[in-house]
Amino acid sequence: MKRYLSAFVAILLLSGQALAGEPVKIGMITTLSTKAGYLGEDIRDGFQLAINQEGGTLGGVAVELLVEDDSAKPEKGKQIAERFAVKDGVKIMTGIVFSNVAMAVVPKVVRDGTIYLSANAGPSKLAGSLCHPNYFSVAYQNDNLDEVVGRYVSDAGYKNVYLLAPNYPAGKDHLAGFKRFYQGELAGEVYTRLDQSDYAAEIASLRAAGPDAVFFFLPGGMGINFLKQYAQAGLQDSIPLFGPAFSFDERILAAVGEAALGVKNGSQWSHDLDNPANRQFVEAYRQAYGRTPTLYASQGYDTARLLASALKTTGGELGDLEAFRKELQRADFESVRGNFRFGNNQHPVQDFYIREVIKTADGYTNKTLQKVFTDHVDAYAGECTMK
Amino acid sequence: MLLLFEQFLNGLQFGITLFLLSAGLTLVFGIMQVINLAHGSFYMIGAYVGAAVTAATGSFLLGLLAALPAAGLFGMAVEWLVLRHLYQRDHLDQVLATFGLIMFCNELVRIIWGRQPLFMDVPPWLAGNVEIVDGLLYPVYRLAVIATGLAVALLLWFLFTRTRLGMQIRAGASNREMVAALGVDISLLYTLVFGLGALLAGLAGVMAGPILAVESGMGESILILTFVVIVIGGIGSIKGAVIGALLVGLVDTLGRAFLPVLFRLLFASATADAAAASLSSMAIYILMATVLIWRPRGLCPVQSA
Repeated sequence: MKRYLSAFVAILLLSGQALAGEPVKIGMITTLSTKAGYLGEDIRDGFQLAINQEGGTLGGVAVELLVEDDSAKPEKGKQIAERFAVKDGVKIMTGIVFSNVAMAVVPKVVRDGTIYLSANAGPSKLAGSLCHPNYFSVAYQNDNLDEVVGRYVSDAGYKNVYLLAPNYPAGKDHLAGFKRFYQGELAGEVYTRLDQSDYAAEIASLRAAGPDAVFFFLPGGMGINFLKQYAQAGLQDSIPLFGPAFSFDERILAAVGEAALGVKNGSQWSHDLDNPANRQFVEAYRQAYGRTPTLYASQGYDTARLLASALKTTGGELGDLEAFRKELQRADFESVRGNFRFGNNQHPVQDFYIREVIKTADGYTNKTLQKVFTDHVDAYAGECTMK
Repeated sequence: MLLLFEQFLNGLQFGITLFLLSAGLTLVFGIMQVINLAHGSFYMIGAYVGAAVTAATGSFLLGLLAALPAAGLFGMAVEWLVLRHLYQRDHLDQVLATFGLIMFCNELVRIIWGRQPLFMDVPPWLAGNVEIVDGLLYPVYRLAVIATGLAVALLLWFLFTRTRLGMQIRAGASNREMVAALGVDISLLYTLVFGLGALLAGLAGVMAGPILAVESGMGESILILTFVVIVIGGIGSIKGAVIGALLVGLVDTLGRAFLPVLFRLLFASATADAAAASLSSMAIYILMATVLIWRPRGLCPVQSA
């Protein structure tokens, strides 16, 4: 009986696939559980929105999106990639949120002939020495969002900045990104414990150092803790805060509240950027999911739109990888960020903005203040041997 | 000097929060001989219920009033449903079961309240800063946390040394068979102790709510420190928990605050920062190791059969 049943199921599955005409499979490895689960959720929802808008296709080619949760664990990400490649025959992967997961997964899958489109993580190695023709970053290189703040803080005339980040490789990278474009003095450079919850000691030392501005990179809950405690210490109005966009998406702002008001942060996208693609995207996303899209959602959406542009011109033919890559390189799609093209290392050459946290009738959100970089190229492009 | 005083207050406040968590844990560990990794979950549940009720009613006091029984009752339910069946098993089974409870609770709050951290602000009547001495502004809320913690320590002292229930609990810690033989309902006593521990953790959670991110998994990072506290203080001793918590709070805070300054006097800037950051993360573990070499059973060991 069991054998008949499974045969029947197999026939059903096969016939279903035959009717749909072999959709192109896209493997999304992303973080859906743990505290950071909302990041993956937004990437997935943004990506899915683009598919839904085309009625289940991208660029007119039927696609099937396979989503798996990596729990922010490198080894789990590797297993999923393996399964996608061997069992499902996936040729295109995307979705990884965290750089450590990306470093475990990406170098191997691109070597094995899979196209990987990054919708968030942009570790420096993949932009520089480990760049690969099969790897495209559709988001940014990690340091970019700090570089823009560094330049802005310098231009705004701050001369004595205090730096704060967790004591792990990404923390050091982000501060290095800031320092690359910041020209003034450092009032202090402090590395805190990863997953630290109480910042009273750091805030007291910071006040004693008397900086004229503070730059911090504290992702997730750490940033919420720091912002709340900073405001409670009465420093919100006296020493301005700056940081990369990571601590300022709408979901985090709702948990921080008033304490984040006025903080300026660097980003390559904002929901209020005025271009037709973005207006349409923000509107459609709100309608579909009932919330304002975050940076991560915009990256998921752009990744899907880029893929659509290449699937369209190649007709979904992945046999000739070289031709498919050429179509991706052209980046012939309307990015919600406006300007978008790929540099030699297949990372975005794009504009970067400074945003400010404001309060509206719908809650806390960001307002774009000004464009700081135009056609900004990341710092590692020179180390990449391609082209 | 002023900075030293301020950092001292910061350490005190951190220590007090740790004390509220360790008091419950040390009781459960010392009296019931149960390793309860899920203790941090009671802290999280206190914070979540507090934040949710505060948001719904607009009153921090109502949030506090709702969170305490919620954490306490949840703790008693956990004792009744899960831990009661594990008293006779070895510690590894308890560790596994309570570790499972951590995951269960984290997922539970995600299902109920979503992935987004909850918002909780300092109540208006505790907002702002107060000038303690000339030139030193300190948040009123943190002073309130210190005061609450000291009051709880006094209450616990009274409960344990001056009431009949406290006597039974202390007796249960030294010889449970004898206490049971004398007609005390030891399993009810255990449930009560467990509930009390959970309630104190819940209190710590609500009070941390306005300072920290109320998010799923917030209990784990503080749980490790809590274990350090009770090992330093001596397992089962409330007095030890007070001393241990204040020691850990002060060493951790002062280490983070002054090691970088100290190191910068001695070494070049870059090495100093790196070394200070590493050493200040290790400070409390070095403290624990030192205490254990000197007093292997902690500072205030409890005699238990």
